[in-house]
Amino acid sequence: MGRIVLDKVSKKFGDVEVIPPLDLTIEDGEFAVFVGPSGCGKSTLLRMIAGLEDLTSGDIEIDGENVTQVPPSKRGLAMVFQSYALYPHMSVRKNIAFPLRMEGMPQAEIDKKVEAAAESLNLNDYLERKPAALSGGQRQRVAIGRAIVRNPSGFLFDEPLSNLDAALRVGMRLEISEMHERMQTTMIYVTHDQVEAMTMADKIVVLRAGVIEQVGSPLDLYRAPRNKFVAGFIGSPKMNFIEGEEAAKHGAHTIGVRPEHIEVSASSGAWKGVVSVSEHLGSDSFFHVHDTGLAETITVRAGGEVGFRHGDTIHLTPRDDVIHKFDSSGLRFE
Amino acid sequence: MAIVAPPSRFSKYGRPVLAWAVGLLFFFPIFWMILTSFKSDADAVKPEYLFVFQPTLENYLNMTENYDYWRFAKNSVITAVSATIFTLFVGIPCAYAMAFNPSKATKDVLMWMLSTKMLPAAAVLYPMTFLTKSLGLFDTHFLVIMVLSLINLPIVVWMLFTYFKEIPKDIIEAGQMDGVNTWGEFKEILVPLAWGGIVSTALLCFIFCWNEAYWTVRLTTTEAATLSKLIEGNRAPEGLFFGRLSAVSAAAVGPIVVLGWFCQKQLVQGLTFGAVK
Repeated sequence: MGRIVLDKVSKKFGDVEVIPPLDLTIEDGEFAVFVGPSGCGKSTLLRMIAGLEDLTSGDIEIDGENVTQVPPSKRGLAMVFQSYALYPHMSVRKNIAFPLRMEGMPQAEIDKKVEAAAESLNLNDYLERKPAALSGGQRQRVAIGRAIVRNPSGFLFDEPLSNLDAALRVGMRLEISEMHERMQTTMIYVTHDQVEAMTMADKIVVLRAGVIEQVGSPLDLYRAPRNKFVAGFIGSPKMNFIEGEEAAKHGAHTIGVRPEHIEVSASSGAWKGVVSVSEHLGSDSFFHVHDTGLAETITVRAGGEVGFRHGDTIHLTPRDDVIHKFDSSGLRFE
Repeated sequence: MAIVAPPSRFSKYGRPVLAWAVGLLFFFPIFWMILTSFKSDADAVKPEYLFVFQPTLENYLNMTENYDYWRFAKNSVITAVSATIFTLFVGIPCAYAMAFNPSKATKDVLMWMLSTKMLPAAAVLYPMTFLTKSLGLFDTHFLVIMVLSLINLPIVVWMLFTYFKEIPKDIIEAGQMDGVNTWGEFKEILVPLAWGGIVSTALLCFIFCWNEAYWTVRLTTTEAATLSKLIEGNRAPEGLFFGRLSAVSAAAVGPIVVLGWFCQKQLVQGLTFGAVK
């Protein structure tokens, strides 16, 4: 179980309203990702759900029970912190066992659960070590282990991978996704990395300045962003926005074209420009095109075999069926 | 290619020499006091017996037999230990509250606490004497313990606050998620993590209490008089009893010097504010 409902929750720090009243429901077993630029209130929202931050107004319900006034440990949620927040003076074993010991569980049962958690996270060889003697990835596993043993009705992750190097991050991302598949427990995951959001989420919640801009599945957000902000935030490289005459041709104030929805050619196309930077990743090539007369830079994604270089003239043709149209207030329309 | 420059002459020879010179300069008064304590009062003032003299234990025997050294020492121990415990008992929760639940006023409160140390003690000597006498607290252990506690509380709170500040808030919050109550937070997380800092704060507080002289001399006569009072009592204006005075002083500072010697690592850590890492 773990259905979490936010009912008009808001948060003020002094006179500053960081989260205006918002409603949100996270279904039981769902993997929800809060994503947005830094300072958008996503961590604050997570901490409010955890109980580490008081609400200024509104209510939080978990499985139908109002937990607004319930202390963090009694909400049945476990949290994994960005800094791991392991107890540095305790061994891995004691760290994982800590929440169970606080519950007053018999020692034999604690041992069994800790062993099982360590087994599933490949931590058996490190149980007697202190956190300082572990690598970043291992520390993160211990933090996850400490969350798992409690058998919570929901997991809260606060940017858990941002302190890891790129390779490890991809690995851990996969492990967390697998863990979710296996356990089918509600998870709320905060990140500023839209790739993490796209790859892990059942439901993405895009936040800006404490306001929910859009809620939906990754592909919904990719295919039908509600406004320019979401369109620009979801997808990498970022969507190209073109205003003026070219947009007017489509009857819009602004049009948006994703880099992967533009065909390139050396000889002919709808638009013409000069390649200023070309990035060859092997599988893909990214071209940053100037002097198109449309926008300062148009970014294009093409196959790895396409070989334009700096200074080359390039012709671009957007795919008509996937051009996004926005009105003057930035809202998307069909 | 040499990446690291060879040490200069100064850092190789000059620095150790300088360090020893400063060290000896500081140690010299104590050395001289101990040396003088083994001279008779008559020899102590004669220039010809500066280093070569007939050593005697007379001063020390005299001190324990005639001046009741052990009673003063016992009072010093009782008051310094009690005051240290009481100060920590008040200071730890106080620093904890300010470090983990700060309000807008926290900084001001800390400054205000420190500002009480800026008041010259002499300014309140008369009211203090008058008050304690009229309340019947003059020359009692209770009074000495309270005075020592209160004059050290600001510095203790400041030190503890600095240590607690170094504990990441995430760890405290992880504890809250894991179900610790306030007492558990103290026992399981805060105290183990700040243990080094708490110990060095306690040591420093104890040393300050032991050495305190201004109030202990003025607010006691016999019952609660500490070693500071004993030294004061042996001070003769004519300067005739240097041997005796030195013995009393050596016996008063001896315990604290020994304690400091054994705890130097903790003390250095405490004073450089780097214990919790």
